Amino acid sequence: MQIIQPHYHGIARTAQDYERMAMSGVVAVAEPAFWAGFDRAYPQTFLDYFRQISEFEPTRAAQYGIRHFCWVAVNPKEAENPPLSYEVLRHIPEFLKKPTVLGIGEIGFHKTTKNEEEIFQAQVELALRHHQLILIHTPHLQDKVRGTRRTLEVLAHMNVDPGRVWIDHIEEHTIRAPLDAGYWVGFTLYPITKCSPKRAVDMIEQYGHERLLVNSSADWGPSDPFTLQECILEFRRRGHSLQEALDIFHNNPCRFLGQCPKFDIQPIRVET
Amino acid sequence: MLTAGQVLNNYFLETRCMLLELAATLDRYDRATQRDPAGTPANDPRLERIYHSLALLADTRTTPDRCERLLNLFSD
Repeated sequence: MQIIQPHYHGIARTAQDYERMAMSGVVAVAEPAFWAGFDRAYPQTFLDYFRQISEFEPTRAAQYGIRHFCWVAVNPKEAENPPLSYEVLRHIPEFLKKPTVLGIGEIGFHKTTKNEEEIFQAQVELALRHHQLILIHTPHLQDKVRGTRRTLEVLAHMNVDPGRVWIDHIEEHTIRAPLDAGYWVGFTLYPITKCSPKRAVDMIEQYGHERLLVNSSADWGPSDPFTLQECILEFRRRGHSLQEALDIFHNNPCRFLGQCPKFDIQPIRVET
Repeated sequence: MLTAGQVLNNYFLETRCMLLELAATLDRYDRATQRDPAGTPANDPRLERIYHSLALLADTRTTPDRCERLLNLFSD
């Protein structure tokens, strides 16, 4: 089965991930800009990072036949430093022109502070000015409800098209409001934190999969890109069809990411 | 040996994860019974044992032999 991994931090992973993902049917990944595990001190460090994910990382993935796309942004944690963030934002438009950059993300809240909110709004405005897709991170663990609520409040006062915004790291207690407001939602599958493959399938069964993206993120922390395949297996073991699995794990990324013309992978239909 | 604080530090998130999986499994069961009441087994002892275990775990004034008691509960 062909799979698209819509949220994957390739620079934190080894080539073996790409090899095993390719063997398991992954045809494309999309890499949002994120926190490196420490706060970067210089705007130039971000720019090199954006070069890495928009120029170099596609060449690593290509060795295994995987298409690599990316997003650029100042991540929520480092948005706590507005002077640094604004300096980086000044350079983002030049990266938006690159052939594999799909939009601005992941942005949003980490601790839901005033500084984070200011930079979140600035990045949404930047995305709107440049007609870009938006990928929003929601906080982990105990901050998730407050951060998700504030995310929706901020977006409600901006002129965004919810169909072009993906709110990620959604779980059972935060899924209803973004879906009701028309946004795309994402489940991020982690071994311990965030969502699990079985719980993701539960939510798919409860809420349907019209505006839904499933990913395993996979970064430098405890994570595993194959939680995505685990989720697909769980979905199929519960009796759901191959076409439904393709719709969720391949075609939905095509539908959302394909709103950016650079993402040219087409949905697959195997059942009539 | 770990201190009590270290046990919480080391295993809080893992325990939270296991509790969520447990909650999700029970929700899954309940939704299935609502969807298909006719297909629901009556008085399944496995379910009774699960809920009995949860009551056992919820008791904070107890001795640190919960694992042994749970295993006995699930034994013939």
